[in-house]
Amino acid sequence: MLKLTDVHTFYGPIQALRNVSLNVQAGEIVSLLGGNACGKSTTMKTILGLVRPKMGTVEFLGRRIDRLPSSEIVRSGIAPVLEARRLFPYLTVHENLLMGAYTRRDAGGIRDDIERMYALFPVAQERSRQLASTLSGGEQQMVAMARALMARPRLLIMDEPSMGLSPRYVDKVFDIIQTINRMEGVAVLIVEQNANMALTIASRGYVLQTGEIVLHDTAENLKNNPLMQKAYLGVA
Amino acid sequence: MPSFIFEQLINGLTQGSVYALLALGFTLIFGTLRMVTFAHGEVYMIGAYVGFEIIRLLHPNFLLALGAALAATAVLGIVVEVLAFHFLRNAPHATSLLVTIGISILLVNLAQKVWGPETQSIPFGLLGRLGDFEINVAGVYITFLQMAVLGVTLLLMLLLYFVINRTKLGMVIRATAQDYEAASAMGVNVNVIYMAAFAIGSMLGGVAGVLVGVYYNLFYPTMGGLYGLKAFSASVVGGLTSLPGAVVAGLMIGLVETFSVEFGASNFRHVFSFVFMILILLLRPGGLFGGREMAHTRGD
Repeated sequence: MLKLTDVHTFYGPIQALRNVSLNVQAGEIVSLLGGNACGKSTTMKTILGLVRPKMGTVEFLGRRIDRLPSSEIVRSGIAPVLEARRLFPYLTVHENLLMGAYTRRDAGGIRDDIERMYALFPVAQERSRQLASTLSGGEQQMVAMARALMARPRLLIMDEPSMGLSPRYVDKVFDIIQTINRMEGVAVLIVEQNANMALTIASRGYVLQTGEIVLHDTAENLKNNPLMQKAYLGVA
Repeated sequence: MPSFIFEQLINGLTQGSVYALLALGFTLIFGTLRMVTFAHGEVYMIGAYVGFEIIRLLHPNFLLALGAALAATAVLGIVVEVLAFHFLRNAPHATSLLVTIGISILLVNLAQKVWGPETQSIPFGLLGRLGDFEINVAGVYITFLQMAVLGVTLLLMLLLYFVINRTKLGMVIRATAQDYEAASAMGVNVNVIYMAAFAIGSMLGGVAGVLVGVYYNLFYPTMGGLYGLKAFSASVVGGLTSLPGAVVAGLMIGLVETFSVEFGASNFRHVFSFVFMILILLLRPGGLFGGREMAHTRGD
């Protein structure tokens, strides 16, 4: 459903992505791995239209989206969970969820979905009247996922969902990603440094290095790939 | 307490509520775009002239004048946003700042061309009944115009509070102010929100223009200069991004000014109000309500 073909993205004169091609099929969990400053976030921003590729195409559900404004791309069914959560700090948790449903016009459906999110993420219900900035990092990650799901997306893109979280919450987050994927049929693209975790739940993985995709395989094969083990999985 | 103190209190609140209205508009714009506009005083001036023309030519109807000024300044606000900010989104901030200064000079000169440089007044009689009418509350006189100014500003403040805190548009404006990238990732077209913030902020300025114009019955092309500066200062004193701060600071400045006149310093009233603002900023460099913001972070 999502397909990047030979994407090149620049920041001014600096090339951040070179020849990136990847795809995500409906209902799939795919992870995009790599270390710091390898282009993971840029890939995500390119998909979301926050930066424009200089060459190459981005297609979603058979339609080119690389020249659409971000608001249109989100409307077409891609919901992001941004790096560092990026909740609206001075909106309440409830308002943050409403912002997630910004593109929708069905008031009744939005109400139902908020209840659904409260069931899926109890912490969001407990804190619904609190300002988002008063939540812990892990709680914020839960609300950020709920907010993204409020858009009823076909594809969820998660940027570093494990960043800055305690190990307990990292497990929880990845559990919930699987739940969402199974229950809602949402395809998920996880952009992660935590390769171990990401490969546990993904079916396939891409590895980015200095802006280029250097590896692409099933999660199983990637886990057993000696290069991967040495560089990203911390196996001696 | 002698009744002149109450009368001056009313005078000060009347003056201050206008500053508050202007400062609210300024704060809303700065809070949302994180950019300063120096054309706000001139938007106020245009609002005043539009109200003036409506009363003079069409109908001596105060509400009609306010409505026309609202519509005109909403459009003008969007024009300022488009010219100074929309097309310069990726330019250095100073560029937009200079463009707003350019627009303010342009508007002053435009007003001079259209209405002449001399001070104009609504002909006596058109507003006669309104101007003369006053009521006596326990020995304190309040004129109809003062009630109108106070009433309209209070109504607009409540309306603004409602829009910002209780409507979807308000929520989206707050969200955009807090993190425009995240807002745009939710599907918000932030350009439209910037225009909306500018339109609403400018409407508040336009209404303030009509109120002051009619209150003093003086209309001249440079009438926005000092008021724009006061609004900017009140906004800074209030904390720059705090709407309640803008109201409190505006009222305080109005009161300081009025009481400095009462105690014999009428030529120095602006000195007093600015010295007062400097003192507050020395004591609280972040402004009265700094930190308690409608907007704050924008990620990395």
